[in-house]
Amino acid sequence: MYAVILVLILLALMAVAYQLGRRRSQSMAGRAGGIRKLHSLPGYYGFYAAIWCGLPALLVLLVWLAFQSIIVTKMVVADLPLATRSLSEAELGLVINDIRNLAEGNIVSRDVSPEMQAAADHYTNLNRIGSAALVVVAISMALLGIALGWRFISPAMRARNQVEAVVKALLVLSSTIAIFTTIGILLSVLFESIRFFRMIPLSEFLFGLQWSPQMAIRVDQVGSSGVFGALPLFLGTVLISLIAMLVAVPIGLMSAIYLSEYAGRRLRAVAKPLLEILAGIPTVVYGFFAALTVAPVIRDSGSLIGLDVSSESALAAGVVMGIMIIPFISSLSDDVINAVPQALRDASFGVGATHSETIRQVIIPAALPGIVGGVLLAVSRAIGETMIVVMAAGLSANLTVNPLESVTTVTVQIVTLLVGDQEFDSPKTLAAFALGLMLFGVTLILNIVALQVVRKYREQYE
Amino acid sequence: MHTTIQYMAAENTLAPAVSGDGGQALAEDSRDFAGTVGDVTVANPAMTARNVNVWYGEQQAIIDTSLDIGKSQVISMIGPSGCGKSTFIRCLNRMNDTIDSCRVTGDIRLEGQNIYDKKLDVVPLRAQVGMVFQKPNPFPKSIYDNVAYGPRIHGLAEDKQGVDEIVETSLSKAGLWDEVKDRLGEPGTGLSGGQQQRLCIARTIAVSPEVILMDEPCSALDPIATATIEELIDELRQHYAIAIVTHSMQQAARVSQRTAYFHLGRLIEVGATDDIFTNPGHRLTEDYITGRFG
Ligand SMILES: Nc1ncnc2c1ncn2[C@@H]1O[C@H](COP(=O)(O)OP(=O)(O)OP(=O)(O)O)[C@@H](O)[C@H]1O
Ligand SMILES: [Mg+2]
Repeated sequence: MYAVILVLILLALMAVAYQLGRRRSQSMAGRAGGIRKLHSLPGYYGFYAAIWCGLPALLVLLVWLAFQSIIVTKMVVADLPLATRSLSEAELGLVINDIRNLAEGNIVSRDVSPEMQAAADHYTNLNRIGSAALVVVAISMALLGIALGWRFISPAMRARNQVEAVVKALLVLSSTIAIFTTIGILLSVLFESIRFFRMIPLSEFLFGLQWSPQMAIRVDQVGSSGVFGALPLFLGTVLISLIAMLVAVPIGLMSAIYLSEYAGRRLRAVAKPLLEILAGIPTVVYGFFAALTVAPVIRDSGSLIGLDVSSESALAAGVVMGIMIIPFISSLSDDVINAVPQALRDASFGVGATHSETIRQVIIPAALPGIVGGVLLAVSRAIGETMIVVMAAGLSANLTVNPLESVTTVTVQIVTLLVGDQEFDSPKTLAAFALGLMLFGVTLILNIVALQVVRKYREQYE
Repeated sequence: MHTTIQYMAAENTLAPAVSGDGGQALAEDSRDFAGTVGDVTVANPAMTARNVNVWYGEQQAIIDTSLDIGKSQVISMIGPSGCGKSTFIRCLNRMNDTIDSCRVTGDIRLEGQNIYDKKLDVVPLRAQVGMVFQKPNPFPKSIYDNVAYGPRIHGLAEDKQGVDEIVETSLSKAGLWDEVKDRLGEPGTGLSGGQQQRLCIARTIAVSPEVILMDEPCSALDPIATATIEELIDELRQHYAIAIVTHSMQQAARVSQRTAYFHLGRLIEVGATDDIFTNPGHRLTEDYITGRFG
């Protein structure tokens, strides 16, 4: 809480520093003969002073908050009786937890001994001192910053360049945060997968025909030894994605053609946002639509013509997923079709082609790379889709290409492997990471290829 | 319908021509407009346009314009930017149909047939009246497919061999055959600007039009490519009626036999190119030609 207040105080100080910096540069300019004598506009001097005031103090604040609890804990542990300190790491962790809980007034797992009470008081005290020190240090840093900024400001000082350098550093920082998060996720998945592949050979995982991840938890349990052949999952994923694309590509493409080439302006203004609403429906909703509406319809109509359709079929999940993906394809294709230069249409009309000939022979071929890029993006979306398949496709890992049977997908299995109470070092849970890694790899490649294709298309017309 | 209309001879002081809705003046300059100077008709017309008015929405872009396009000759259309040259020639093959807000009235005939007749199909019309655009716009297809595009659509050839022949003769007529005969499979967009424009001309010729409309066909080209195209236009004249819009008066003088001067949506003056450039009949034409136009 005090940290929030401190940040607010710092922000207020920065505002003050901005005003001071501006005034100072203006008064200097007045003496030197007008704003023109300044290197930068007065506002930049204001920002310059504000940065000097706020940036060092905020950095100190961040570092302090990151390390305070570690240092305080170390100090508390150092003061504990020797008997406690020599406990094993895990037990010591429990003790420290209790001390913390005690200090914060939470429920404690054991009886409170006088030593612990003392340690907890010590902990509270240290924290209080630390916070007070932080407030003092940060505010004096800010004031010092204002003073320095005040001194550094002079008409020749290149405030604009320096402010812009700081802004650039901020931008770089933001973008690296996103990149490092991605790398972090990738690495964590990678390490867990390596642990998995130490237990289960890669070849069995990739080419095994049977998937049955139940492990015996107790030694005397019967049967469940766990087989990790992921092929049925990949096949199921491919099957459902294929059905989804069979639904989404023709419908999406044709509606894009209609909307961009034939529809009047007013219809377009209404229809396009409506189509895009499809993309905004939560996937859970699609999921129960698939499970409760589409699947029974497919099963009933199947039994009418004598087909044996299981109540959770790849078809139901695939069709609904396809509907979900339509707006992706249609709005991306719509964009690329609109980007085809008017000159090409004119050329085609100019030799007497009809509208549909022009669309088929000029516009679609010209837009094709962009459309393909959009489709690839949609495929990677389909492969990664989870909720619909969890609800509508089933859990049994059948090795089949029959869309009327129940299949399961990589994402569904990741979910089922990780829900509930699990040990985090059994092959069963680690398999989820291996599956995740595969999925990540495939969608990454698809995305890279798609972006490449789209970019190449852009260049063609620029 | 145009039989009731009197057209004037090449004099300065004529009574107003037929006044359509466009009677109200567009600008000061046009207030003293008294009808097109010169003879808008020719002895042997491929196309005749009578009392054409064009509107984009509420704004009128062509006012009561009548003009013939003669067979086996080139007519150039000149005039300041925005005066309606493009608009006018785009009426001649109904390219304006592709613009929603555009409305055309009047009587435009190709070989006596009213091209704005409701029963008329624009597809064969656009094959008969081909168009070459300001910026070369080859399809992102091979050179061969660019030229073969029209003939295939219209079923002009029985078989592959027939298409081959059309492609070769069209490219030859466009003066491009020797340059590209060894690389017909390469993309048309890979050619130089001048070659691309000749490819577009070949594409237009391939559907054997009677009239070729060219909207500033050289404005994106360098002087050498321009000279090549000008020679080409001169040769094509033997087989086609050609209307060319240009901003270059030298070009108009070099390639055309007739010249039409447009100003703020009106056809001010039309006549033999030599006369127009040596002895313009209207003050506005003279101002434009002598470069006094503001
Ligand atoms: N698609 C359109 N929508 C609305 N107004 C248009 C359109 N095309 C042209 N105009 C208007 O019609 C008038 C004539 O335009 P046009 O393109 O025919 O002129 P131009 O003589 O070809 O000019 P330039 O020499 O610059 O090519 C202009 O005032 C222009 O603003
Ligand atoms: Mg024009």
